[in-house]
Amino acid sequence: MSSHDSTNLRADLAFISRWVSEKAHVLDVGCGDGVMLDYLESSKHCTGYGIEIADDKVLASTQRGINVIQLDMEKGLDLFPDAAFDTVLCLSSLQMMKNVEGLLRDIARVGREAIVSFPNFAYWPHRLSLLCGRMPVSKALPHDWYNTPNVRCATISDFSDLANKVGLQVLECVALQEGKPVSFLPNLRGTLAVFRLRK
Amino acid sequence: MASIGIVSAQSMQFAAPLSLQSGATISDYTLVYETYGELNADKSNAVLVCHALNASHHVAGAYADQPNKFGWWENMVGPGKALDTDRFFVIGVNNLGSCFGSTGPMHINHDTGQPYGADFPVVTVEDWVHSQALLADVLGITQFAAVMGGSLGGMQALAWSMLYPDRLRHCVVIASTDKLSAQNIAFNDVARQAILTDPDFHGGNYYAYGVVPKRGLRVARMIGHITYLSNDVMAEKFGRDLRTGKYQFDFGVDFEIESYLRYQGEKFSEYFDANTYLLITKALDYFDPAASFGGDLTQALANTKAKFLLASFTTDWRFSPECSRTVVQALINNKRDVTYAEIDAQHGHDAFLLEDPRYHKLVSAYYDRVWDEIQNGRGK
Repeated sequence: MSSHDSTNLRADLAFISRWVSEKAHVLDVGCGDGVMLDYLESSKHCTGYGIEIADDKVLASTQRGINVIQLDMEKGLDLFPDAAFDTVLCLSSLQMMKNVEGLLRDIARVGREAIVSFPNFAYWPHRLSLLCGRMPVSKALPHDWYNTPNVRCATISDFSDLANKVGLQVLECVALQEGKPVSFLPNLRGTLAVFRLRK
Repeated sequence: MASIGIVSAQSMQFAAPLSLQSGATISDYTLVYETYGELNADKSNAVLVCHALNASHHVAGAYADQPNKFGWWENMVGPGKALDTDRFFVIGVNNLGSCFGSTGPMHINHDTGQPYGADFPVVTVEDWVHSQALLADVLGITQFAAVMGGSLGGMQALAWSMLYPDRLRHCVVIASTDKLSAQNIAFNDVARQAILTDPDFHGGNYYAYGVVPKRGLRVARMIGHITYLSNDVMAEKFGRDLRTGKYQFDFGVDFEIESYLRYQGEKFSEYFDANTYLLITKALDYFDPAASFGGDLTQALANTKAKFLLASFTTDWRFSPECSRTVVQALINNKRDVTYAEIDAQHGHDAFLLEDPRYHKLVSAYYDRVWDEIQNGRGK
């Protein structure tokens, strides 16, 4: 379901992993093929679980040797106790959820910190497409409007509002372009929005 | 894929009495078992496969005199298969009380000189695990690479992780549960009542009368069989199809499903022992490791050390995905390593015995990890 496993994400996850502390207990919501957890386990001695719904990703995660739990995250994180994790990751998955607010509240419940990323809808070529009367199709949003798994389109500014609404404090917010942070006009020039949040 | 080929059973005698959970003891008993593959030099590659209700130690391969009749988990266990006998030393043990070789109700009770019959002590999942551990002692296996089972076999694997936390590195629990629901116990009791009320049962001492309570066994198996299949599979396989194309207006066999169930019941009554059926369904009903922790499964699993793989099947209503999720949740609460897959299969509880690429690839991937640990010296 998530798209961690796309090749250009490696730079992103190297960037994001700086926000995860050594030996942290981590929940990766929408863990894809498990590449991030695998990386955190081997490079930072982290422990934890990944959640995935897709059979092929569950298999890929198992092949990597991470703890993967096959679950529909749309149904919430009931399996996990309150404040069980140092960090909850939700990378490039949130925009595929119908119940974004519910899941974000659950992420806040089970974790002390959260790192959430999603494609920035306000990336300038997307704005340009809309100006020309077309839904954006790009490397970051590769699907057509009728077959996209990304049912929620948000911009960096939009997400900050929701994070505050569910009681999460934005510690850091970065827009990445090809895995590198964009400092000038991030909401315009960044393809991937990454938030570091705390309860 | 290739079969392990021709195999043969072995047996081990145990003279020392085994104390059972009921307070009874059993002495001078025999455990029948099979092994496949080679035990490596540091004895780190042994995998115990625990059997479910009507299965046995005959997990894989075939006997020389029945070369076409393969073990019950032939599709899972063998060279190059998910549980690869080229890598692992796999052991199947027949449980006490069974009717396939290990000491059971049809054997002579040395105290009385008569078959045990109804006097065979009620054995529990935990009793079986203790007896399996004694066999492992004799075989020189101090720690299994994995203990694995489906359904009732999964209960044994789970019990291993709690009773002998240092004696297994991985625990593989398929289509199982930490305890039966009221509905499950109800099905088991209907099956037991069918046997107990059969006039040929003779209070469990039917051996002396030269009869078998076949009617009871047939009905017991029919009920069991209904619960192992999903509604969808039954609908697809049989629907409302009629044997002769029209109603007979009597109480014989009208529908194909009736014919199928009666055939299954008949076949079962010819090889399975009624006392064993009673014993094994009781073992299922009694299993509830959380009970001695005030119902708290998290506490019950707190002393486990193994890593876990659990899998369930979406259409299994006898041991539903919710049952497996309960166990997964308790393991997560204990921060145990656990992998859990919910296989979208249409065959109900029976799916755990059937060939399904998603299921078998997953188990295979998990055993690759177990094997890697052994190869990298982390298997100790």
